[in-house]
Amino acid sequence: MLKLFRFLKPYRWLVALVLLLILAQSLCELYLPTLMSDIVDNGVIPGNTSYIWRIGGFMLLVTAVGTLVSVWASYVSSRIATGFGRDVRSKTFKHVTKFSLQEFDTIGTASLITRTTNDITQVQQVLIMMIRMMVMAPMMCIGGLIMAVSKDATLSLIFVAILPILALTILLIARRGIPYFKVMQKKIDKLNLVLRENLTGIRVIRSFNRGEHERERFEEANGDLTATAVKVNQVMALMMPMMMLILNFSQISIIWFGGLRISYGDMQVGDLMAFLQYAMQIMFSLMMVSMMFVMVPRASASAVRINEVLTTEPVVQDTAASAIASGERGVVRFEEATFRYPGAENAALEQISFTANPGEVTAIIGGTGSGKTTLLSLIARFYDVGEGAVTIDGQDVRKLPLEQLRSRIGLVPQKALLFTGTIADNIRFGKEDATEEEISHAANVAQATEFIGGMPDGYDSQIAQGGTNVSGGQRQRLSIARALVRKPRVYLFDDSFSALDFKTDAKLRAALKPETADATVIIVAQRVSTVMDADRIIVLDEGRIVGNGTHKELMATSEVYREIALSQLSEEEIA
Amino acid sequence: MSGQQRQGAPQHGGPGRGPGGPGFGGMGGMGMPVQKAKNFKATLRRLSRYVAPFKTNLIIVLITAILGTTFAIFSPKLLGHATTRLFEGMKSGTGIDFGPIADIIFLLMGLYLVSSLFTYIQQYVMAGVAQQTVYRLRNEVNEKLGRLPLKYYDTRTNGEILSRAVNDVDNISNTLQQSLTQLITSVISIIGVIIMMFTISFWLTLIVLLTLPLSMIVIKGIAKRSQEHFKAQQMELGKLNGHVEEIYTGHQVVKAFGQEDKSVETFDEVNERLYTAGWRAQFVSGMIMPLMNMVSNIGYVFISIVGGILVTRNAIKIGDIQAFIQYTRQFTMPLAQTANIANIIQSTIASAERVFELLDEEEEIPEAANAVVVKSPKGEVALRDVSFGYKSDAPLIERMNIDVRSGQTVAIVGPTGAGKTTLVNLLMRFYEISEGHITVDGVNIAHMKRGELRSLFGMVLQDTWLFNGTIRDNIAYGRLGVSEEEIVQAAKAAHADHFIRTLPEGYDTVLNEEASNLSQGQKQLLTIARAILADPAILILDEATSSVDTRTEAQIQKAMHELMKGRTSFVIAHRLSTIRDADLILFMNQGSIVEQGTHEELLARGGFYADLYNSQFAAGGLRRSPA
Repeated sequence: MLKLFRFLKPYRWLVALVLLLILAQSLCELYLPTLMSDIVDNGVIPGNTSYIWRIGGFMLLVTAVGTLVSVWASYVSSRIATGFGRDVRSKTFKHVTKFSLQEFDTIGTASLITRTTNDITQVQQVLIMMIRMMVMAPMMCIGGLIMAVSKDATLSLIFVAILPILALTILLIARRGIPYFKVMQKKIDKLNLVLRENLTGIRVIRSFNRGEHERERFEEANGDLTATAVKVNQVMALMMPMMMLILNFSQISIIWFGGLRISYGDMQVGDLMAFLQYAMQIMFSLMMVSMMFVMVPRASASAVRINEVLTTEPVVQDTAASAIASGERGVVRFEEATFRYPGAENAALEQISFTANPGEVTAIIGGTGSGKTTLLSLIARFYDVGEGAVTIDGQDVRKLPLEQLRSRIGLVPQKALLFTGTIADNIRFGKEDATEEEISHAANVAQATEFIGGMPDGYDSQIAQGGTNVSGGQRQRLSIARALVRKPRVYLFDDSFSALDFKTDAKLRAALKPETADATVIIVAQRVSTVMDADRIIVLDEGRIVGNGTHKELMATSEVYREIALSQLSEEEIA
Repeated sequence: MSGQQRQGAPQHGGPGRGPGGPGFGGMGGMGMPVQKAKNFKATLRRLSRYVAPFKTNLIIVLITAILGTTFAIFSPKLLGHATTRLFEGMKSGTGIDFGPIADIIFLLMGLYLVSSLFTYIQQYVMAGVAQQTVYRLRNEVNEKLGRLPLKYYDTRTNGEILSRAVNDVDNISNTLQQSLTQLITSVISIIGVIIMMFTISFWLTLIVLLTLPLSMIVIKGIAKRSQEHFKAQQMELGKLNGHVEEIYTGHQVVKAFGQEDKSVETFDEVNERLYTAGWRAQFVSGMIMPLMNMVSNIGYVFISIVGGILVTRNAIKIGDIQAFIQYTRQFTMPLAQTANIANIIQSTIASAERVFELLDEEEEIPEAANAVVVKSPKGEVALRDVSFGYKSDAPLIERMNIDVRSGQTVAIVGPTGAGKTTLVNLLMRFYEISEGHITVDGVNIAHMKRGELRSLFGMVLQDTWLFNGTIRDNIAYGRLGVSEEEIVQAAKAAHADHFIRTLPEGYDTVLNEEASNLSQGQKQLLTIARAILADPAILILDEATSSVDTRTEAQIQKAMHELMKGRTSFVIAHRLSTIRDADLILFMNQGSIVEQGTHEELLARGGFYADLYNSQFAAGGLRRSPA
């Protein structure tokens, strides 16, 4: 939590201002009893009514000042806390956009989302409370002590005795309570996990008839959570009564010892009354602090998670702009490229060497985990190769600025993802300044014109978040159009036709051919039938190239390829 | 806004009101918009039924709350007496008589001790009541979810259901834990304090009471304004969360198309708006406290003035002022709390209403009374005049008849999104048919227990579902009491054994929350192993093993073939060989079965199937990508 507070630095003067304002506010609050004691000592006892009125008027003034000051403090603290939230959020978001796939893999996308949204909101909320309440307590303590000492130094020794007792009590209860709060948070997460699994797996659970089992699992987690929640609340139940007791006993001792001092003539009754009120105000502000015990552990858990994101350095670092390669053609070359996921025993890709030339279709085929998608990721530099190199037009991709590199690539990912906005916006995602003709041309090639035309607003139809309002096949076609509008040198198709029905697939392929004729096309596929007519087929097996050639050549030379082909095609089709 | 976002949105009390956390009723939540219940009374009555079993405990809470508060209310007056005695002793010049003061102090000590003790008991007991109530409510919700038909799940997002089952229940829990006792003590305090004040001085009490309407006006005025800002804040937060979700999930695409800067730009725009709405909401709602304080201080000042004058006229005693001041301080706090609690209770009842709505949802049709058990199932499936539609006015299937004999294979063919899961839904009785009947081995499935029926089926679908447990437990999910050897056998048959063994923990590998420590293909292999282990009479398979590909798939294909031997199989088919060899082909389009027959029959008919076959399969096999 404290680490995150470095983001408060631009606000340090404002924070100082708030501290000052709150001190002023507490002094105003504490000044009222002081004035009241003057009323008692100098107005009531001698019976001076006009003095009472005068001081009373002054008290109203103090109240007004106190209110103004605290409203001001509230204004400044709102600005600080929300500003802090905004800064952290923005910083986190910017930082995450620099992450390579590797960081997304390790932290997890869902987790990154919560960290950027909920966690930061959580910390921001607590910061507001902290500024408003937690700061108030020490200020009240300081102010109260100043006032008390100025009234009667000897009697203020009572505070010196009581404050440590109070602090110790809070500390002891908190030390017992806080670990429970942490445990409880974990158990809440567990319960939610079970529940979420029950929702997502409802068909499987019912088909395997395991409802009873799931119910028991839930009840166990629920019981577990309840036990801890009861414990926590029982421990915390001690807090309020203990604090009240200490507060009240301090009042009694003020009366007793104050009475003694009055009887010796060292002190006046009004002072005693003021003292009682100082005590009350200090204690009330301290009680507010005890409220923080619930919130701070939660917020600090959030803070830790945010910090984790901010301290994660992306593995792929952008390079400064270098000389633009002359004669962009789009030749993609792998030179003994080896890549290993962090912590993995085996390399995901090992000693990969091949060249994909413009005007050619290079297909990559292989089993699960053979490294096909990883291979594409290396070209777009979502990951960095460990050994060897990947080059485009003779230039190492690691030496090219990311923007330049990726502007040459048109990627159609395995999962067709769309963004909120119109259909035109989504296609324009590939090329920001695309004209309407370019957009409709791309849509046309991608066989998307028909269904776009069928939508009420055509190209201006809204796509919902995640593209949930269009079908999988439609998503895939739009994602192809998005790559086409870019007119890249290199096309990367990652198994991009899987959601299309037979007819559309055929038409699309036919339309695609002239469009991509001069470009380098790399297709990852699962089906031999889709890659049979490629200029070059690269067969991957467990991260190694085990075959490289045309369909005919591979049928003759590659055992693995033949095996795949035989499992998918009939005799006459193979020939 | 999607359910996910709703779930992420902070509930009314803000983070101060975390589950079961004790506190002060979250002053920070003041001025936030409140959701209102549609039927407040009925919901309240129903909610109270959940608390009813704890009647004894509640009575203890009530009594201790009353006693604890009452004792606390008496003490300022006693403290005032002590001050008065000091004052008079001093004024009279005879010196202070500490005897009576000591008496008062001992009495006070006793009162304080008892009061604190009662407060402790009250909170301690309430902890049990609140948490146990919520425990039962949660279990009830979960059990209800187990009895709801699939229709309920299919028509709602998970976020929506979770929001009711988690957030709303939490909200109830917090209110029971904190606000209920707070309400009791606050009300008692307010009444008690007013009575005590009246016993001291009528005029001073009047001053205090006059400040009441003033505070009301302040609270009302601010709350109205701040609600608008909170609404704006909530809206911007929703937009921001949506943007983050979108960019993060699509980060690969964002990068590939170099749109990072633009997404940051959009983010900053929304973030800035969120900031503006946010600080306004915070500032306006944050003004409640200072202004309430001001009102209370004004009361304080007038009590000092009027009280002082009254003392000089000997109308009241000096200690009375002191007692009065303490009373006004004790007064403001519960007053602010009650104002706040009213809102909290509103939103709690609204939450309870949403939970009850879920509990009142229509359940699955109850199991048949004399359920028939199919012993040694053969797997004969027949549909007789079956009609069905997800909506009653839009029938998908009308008077359909199908006969599948034991061991036959049925291929389900059609374009993506043709609603091929409809058939699965009907066969496994996830949905009820509207007319006709479905039989398995001659027994109407409506006369069987759902559990019995479903245990006859084995299902391998494209979207894998595995739970957060070990690989071993996940495979064993399909059958109770299986041995280690059987698990390994099943894994081997599904060609999963090899990759499992390469994992550092082997079969003990715990799948993480998103099961992202396995590839999609590996997950699919596990679900196959799970189905193999369950050893069902009838299979439902989805051939579109989109991520288990090529070589692995060839192996899976063999495993599936092995699995299909001697079993009736419904295959959502993608490969020509499966379709051609099937005993029956069902051609589906837009949810309904438009054609059925064997390969030859359908070709001869020259309909949809023939059209598809000719355009895709017959042309040299070149265009035979998966659907």
